[in-house]
This record gives sequence, structure tokens and C-alpha cells, in this order.
Amino acid sequence: MRIEARSHHPRGLILFAPVVAILAALAVSGALIALTGVSVMEAYAQILAGALGTRLAVTETLTRATPLILTGLAAAVAFRARLWNIGGEGQFFIGAIAVAAVGAELTAGLPAALAIPVLLVVGAAGGMVLMVTALGLRLRFNVDEVVTTLLLNFVAILFVSMMIEGPLRDPMAFGWPQSVPVADNAALPRLIERTRLHAGLLIAVLLAVAVYLLQARTVFGMRSRAAGHNARAAGFAGVPLARTLVMVACLSGGLAGLAGAVQVLGVRGYVTTDLSPGFGYAGIVIAMLANLNPLGVIAAAVFAAVMFIGADGMSRAVGIPSYIADVTVALSLLTMLVALFFTQYRIRR
Amino acid sequence: MTETVLRLSGISKRFGPVIANEAISLELRRGELLALLGENGAGKTTLMSILFGHYTADEGEIEVAGRPLPPGRPRAAIDAGIGMVHQHFSLADNLTVLENVMTGTEPPWRLRANRSAARRKLLAIAERFGLRVDPGRRVGDLSVGEQQRVEILKALYNDARVLILDEPTAVLTEQEAERLYATLRMMAREGLSLIFISHKLREVMAAADRIVVLRGGRSVAERLPADTSRSELAELMVGRRIARPVREAASPGAPVIAAHGVSVRHREGTDLEGIDFTVRAGETLGIVGVAGNGQTALARLASGLLAPEAGTLTILGRRVRQPDVAALVRAGVGRIPEDRNREGVIGELALWENAVLERIETERFSRRGIVDRGAARRFTQEIIDRFDVRGGGPDHRTSLLSGGNMQKLILGRSLIDGPSLLIAAQPTRGLDEGAIAAIHTRLLAARAEGAAVLLISEDLDEVIALADRVQAIAGGRLSPSIDGAAADARRLGLMMAGDWSAAGAAVADAD
Repeated sequence: MRIEARSHHPRGLILFAPVVAILAALAVSGALIALTGVSVMEAYAQILAGALGTRLAVTETLTRATPLILTGLAAAVAFRARLWNIGGEGQFFIGAIAVAAVGAELTAGLPAALAIPVLLVVGAAGGMVLMVTALGLRLRFNVDEVVTTLLLNFVAILFVSMMIEGPLRDPMAFGWPQSVPVADNAALPRLIERTRLHAGLLIAVLLAVAVYLLQARTVFGMRSRAAGHNARAAGFAGVPLARTLVMVACLSGGLAGLAGAVQVLGVRGYVTTDLSPGFGYAGIVIAMLANLNPLGVIAAAVFAAVMFIGADGMSRAVGIPSYIADVTVALSLLTMLVALFFTQYRIRR
Repeated sequence: MTETVLRLSGISKRFGPVIANEAISLELRRGELLALLGENGAGKTTLMSILFGHYTADEGEIEVAGRPLPPGRPRAAIDAGIGMVHQHFSLADNLTVLENVMTGTEPPWRLRANRSAARRKLLAIAERFGLRVDPGRRVGDLSVGEQQRVEILKALYNDARVLILDEPTAVLTEQEAERLYATLRMMAREGLSLIFISHKLREVMAAADRIVVLRGGRSVAERLPADTSRSELAELMVGRRIARPVREAASPGAPVIAAHGVSVRHREGTDLEGIDFTVRAGETLGIVGVAGNGQTALARLASGLLAPEAGTLTILGRRVRQPDVAALVRAGVGRIPEDRNREGVIGELALWENAVLERIETERFSRRGIVDRGAARRFTQEIIDRFDVRGGGPDHRTSLLSGGNMQKLILGRSLIDGPSLLIAAQPTRGLDEGAIAAIHTRLLAARAEGAAVLLISEDLDEVIALADRVQAIAGGRLSPSIDGAAADARRLGLMMAGDWSAAGAAVADAD
């Protein structure tokens, strides 16, 4: 038995890969569930019911999917250009804390139509600064951005921790480490009354479409793909490599920062260190599951959200820890990588 | 001398629908130097990879010294005394010669390598075959010729009795190549058996005891050098007569590109030191040289990727101070890069994207940052039609094209608008005879239409066929130019070695 490269990469196979990957991940998680003695079908039924069973459940799932779409896009645009941004988590937090810092008082007097866009830009700018710093180190000193962006996550979270214990601490929070709240004028409008679903979902979906068009139809998109696939050939064709990478870094860091801003303005209203249950890292999985396609990111983010929300319901109903959702989502990254491998290679006897 | 040391019988190998080898049988006798001649894609390398265990044959058997060789196991091939010297060396630059030679010969769980014994063995082998090297030197500091010697020593160190060399002279000068063949003949006299893969008729005729010609995966002929001729071998290799186009007299116009005392620092290779050259409209200047003597820097300089550090470079009347690809392309400079896979095209992108990438910012293909895909596809279709690019339409992935068709795509996008200047770096490297003839025809046609052509090539025959004037590049410096009519292989060989006065080079016309 040997593995050999495919000479053709059938399009159907590439579309099929995520489906197979998710089914395989569910099968492996199913084996883990079976080990606890609970019926696998029962557990998965509970997950589906928990995530999609009621109108409220659906809105909760979509609320959870919102930041995941944005962090997924952040990873997808960077990876497309072979810029390995592993720092979505840190950029998310910097975006969030920037919004809290500016939104608590500075924009408190503004009308919502002005305050919200200003704060979204502030959040995006926060993420951008962090990502462009990492890229600058790569361009200037050849420091691998995988390392810098990953480590900056810890720097960013400790920085946020410092701010909410110190200068930005909410004096009304009974000693809990949380930031001052953003003024109410900048809260994102609810899409459905008496749910938490907010306008951030629309922003995320619109941005996914915008990023898709940017990559498919613009000079910048073509250049960033060219630079990502073969920087040397792109350079030969006159693609300004450094400038293109800086633009990609701004876009990627900006999207991750925006995710933090949207989560603060849409759901929480203030910042704590548990604002993100790993949205930045999940974004990497989502981007890979989507095969870096911005529109696919929406679907992949919804899948991850179903798992996360559904697992909470399941753990209440059948007593399996909700960590199984993390396991399933993580497994789906591994199975997707295997599936992608088999779109490029085949096994022959 | 007639003992058969290696027998391949009925070897067949298919890759999907492609037949790489079909029922090839081959015998190698003790003390014999056998040439395996064929074009790219004739199946030479596949056959040798099967022998060495990198691939498993679909059918057929291999016997070494009368005993069958288990398929698909390089270790078994090494143990049976087969050594392989690859075209691209498999040496670790940061290890010494001795360490490279010892790699893989010692059990991995041994904590201390027995260096002194290994050193003695290596020096004994080197002495016996006249392959002198210093075992303590770092391989990265050696010249290409010396590195090849290390590769050969590595095989001999593993007690190889059958040595296979894949295109051994591709990276050598004429003089180094001659020395290599002298060594190989001596090794044959010492009782080793050797197979070398080549597509160069001249050296096959000069060096081999026996020649086996492969074509389309089959063994089509077997000849002794005394009983054949270069033209017969060429025809056997290609399967038909292919006439390369003939150059007509030039009528040069005004200078299009001129360099005076240009020096360039190039991080990845040889620098250029004070070079002078001029190419006029309607004229081809050929730059010959052995790989690695500054061709890369020269091609990148003329292609807008490097700027002079000293001296003046004028292209189409404008002095070049900054690297600016877009400006050159807009001004009408067509560029064929020396490595089409790494520089010329991006395999993952569609044909149309590769066709327009270098001029994507012109108004013709984008407006306010939005790509005009219709215009780009029409442009690509026109290239496909006019330059006979086969293997896919504008929306196909470029990696699906063959090397020759990729090169036609690159040629097409560079020539379709009638450039004033064409930079052609190694335009036919690795292509088969048919594609070479097609590309030569295009280059001559561009010159006839008034383009200035700067041809940088390692292929003497190509330069002799196409160039009106020739300069040699050696160690980052350019020789004075000689007339194309006076350029023959002997004189160019001397010029490439840096011996410009002995080559009787005329003084370059100063302008």
C-alpha cells in the first residue's frame, strides 16, 4: 500500500471533505461517549435539541456563532496568504478592552449611530495593532509569526487582566475583576426581542461576504493569494509583498479585534478575562474546516456553535461533561486535515 | 569482462494513465560504462528509481549479480551494492564531508560513531579512484563539482559495485565534465559498473561504452558509439526529425538596454561586478556561462527585481534606480524567468490569473481595485490560441500544464503585446525537443519584429543558434562580446572558463 499524489483535485471532493471530517469527528466523539455508558444517539439527540430544539436555543447558537464567524474569518484571510496568525485570541481581547476603555465615557454622549461604528473601529484597530506588531517582527527580523502571535495571546490576556484589576476596574463590581461597562448608548441592537441575538450577527455575515468578494474579485485578493501560494513568483510578477502582507495582517487582526468589540457591545457590556471561551483558537479550527473559504466560515462557525451550545444542554440531561464539545471541535480539525490530505493524495495498493 | 552484474527484465510502470516504463529490459556488464539516453519524460529516471527501490515496478524483475532484488526497498538496493548519485545532491550543507559520507551507514542506536576507521576507509577509496577531497571540510563550502565527488564517494563508501548517475554533468563546466568522465572510465577499469543518464548527445558519444536509447517509456535502440552518429541518436531519441529554426541576419537598431560598469549585490547567489553590455532593437545578445556564475543576478537585474548598486543601467531610455517590475512591464519589457515553477507561474492559481498578474494594475485588467475577469479571460484565451498552450482553458489550475505548456504561457504573456525588450533566462531548460523548437521560433520571430532579446542560457547550442553576439559570464563578470558567427563550442568553453584573451574575444563595441 502506498500513498501517491493526485494529478487532479476534483472540486466535489474538496466540498465533500468537511462533511466527511465532521462525521468522522462525531464518530470518534461517539466512541468516547459510549465509554461512559450513555447511549450515543441519545447524547447526540440532546446536543441537537440543546442547540436547535427551541427558538431560544437557535438564537443562543447564533449568538455564539457570531464571534466565531469573525475569528474564523480572521484566521482564513491570514492563512490564505500563508500568514500564520495564531493570535486571534489575543487580538480578540485587545479589541474588547479597547472598546471598554473608549466606550465607558469618551463616546457615552454620542448617538448610537455614531458611537457604535466608532467603537467597532476602535476594537478592530486594537486587534490590528497586535497583529501588525507580529508581522513587523517577521519582516524586520525574520521572527516566525506563529511563535509571536501565539505568545502575544498570553501577553494580551495578562494586559487585559492588569487593566481590569487596575485603571479600568469597575468600582461598582463588588471587587470582581471586571472592566468598567460600556455606556448603554453603544449596545448593539437586538435582532429578536427577549433573546441575546444581536446585530453583530449581521455584521459578521456581511463581512464574510465582503471578504469573499475581496478575495475573489479584487487586485488585493489576487495578490494576497499569489503571495501566499508562491511568494517568489509573486515577487517576480511585481506583487509588493511586504505591503500585501501588511494589508492582510490589518484585515486579519482587525477581524479578530472586531470579534472582541462585537462580543462586548452585543452580549456582555464589559470585559472579564473569561469573555472568550477560546473564540480565537476556535477560529483557527473553523477556518480550516471551511477550507479557508470566507462563506464556508459561516457554516463552520455555526457547526462549532451547535456543538458548544448543544453540549451544555446534553451535559445537563445525560451527565456527560460539556468538554465533549471541545473534544469534538478539536477532533474535527484533525479529521479535516486528514480529509484535506486525501483531496491531494490517494492510497493505492 | 563479460560477467553480467545487473539484469532488468520486462520492467513496466504506470502512473494512472501515463506509461512511464513499458517492458524495458537491460543488462549491465562488469566494468562497463553504459549511457541511458532519452528526452525528459522518456522514463530514464523512473527506471533508475525502480532499480534503486524508490518505486515498485508493476511488472518485471531485477537481478543483481544473479540474485533477485526485492522491489521497493532502497536499503536492499544499497546492500546489493547499488549506489545512486542524484541530479540534485542529497547532502547536508552544514555537515562535513566525512559526516555526510557516514550518514546512514551506522546503526542509529550507536552512541559514538567510529570516525577514525570511517576516515581511513574514505581516504583509501578517494586515493584509489583519484577523487580527492578533504574529509573535514563543510560540504556547504565546496564547489558543485566537489560536492558531486562527495556524492560519488558516499556511494562507494557503501561498497557500491553498480553506480547510477542521474544527469551528472547538468551542473558542471565542460572542463569539469571531462574530468568527471575520465574518473568514471577509471572506475569502470577498476571493475565497477556504471550507468549514467543523459540527454546530451555529445557526451554520450564521447564517454559511453554502450548506449541505450529510451523513448516514450520504451527501450527503442541499443548502439555502440563506434556504430552510430549524433544525428542518428537524436532521431532515435525524438522519434522523428525536428528541425530547429535557423537564424537570419540581424539589422540592429537603437540600444534598448545598456549597462555600464553595473555592480549588483545578490544575497542568494553570485554578485555582479562592473558588467557592460548593450542590446539593440532587432538583435539577440546571448550570455553563456556555467550555472551559478551570476546569471541569476543578471536576469533579476534586467527583469526589474534588482537595481544597480554602482554603474548605470538604462532600459528603454530610462535609467533604472529602483527595482520596479510594474514600470518595466508597462514600458514593454517581456520577461521569462529562469525557473518557471518557482518564479514563472503559481501552480495553484488559474491560467488567467498567471497570465495577468504582472499587469493586474493596468487599466486593461482592473478598475479601482476590482479585477476585470472578463478581459483577463479573453486575454488568456488569446494567448492559448496564438501560442498553442495545451492542457487547459483560462480557468484551469496552472499546475495541470506540462512544463512546455507552462513555458508557452509565460512566453505568450511576455510576447503577445509585441515587447520592445525580451529577457529570456534559460528559456528552454528541461524542455523536450519539440517545445524547444517552438520556443526558438518565437524568440527569433520576436527579434525579427524588432525586439531586443537578452538571452541568458547555459546551453551552448541554444546560444549558437539564436544569438547575434555572445558574451560569457564567469564569476559575476562579463566578457567582451564576440560575433555570433564566430561562436563555436570550443571558443565559448574557454570564455565560460574566464579565459577571455585566449578565446580571442573581440573588444566590445563601446557605446
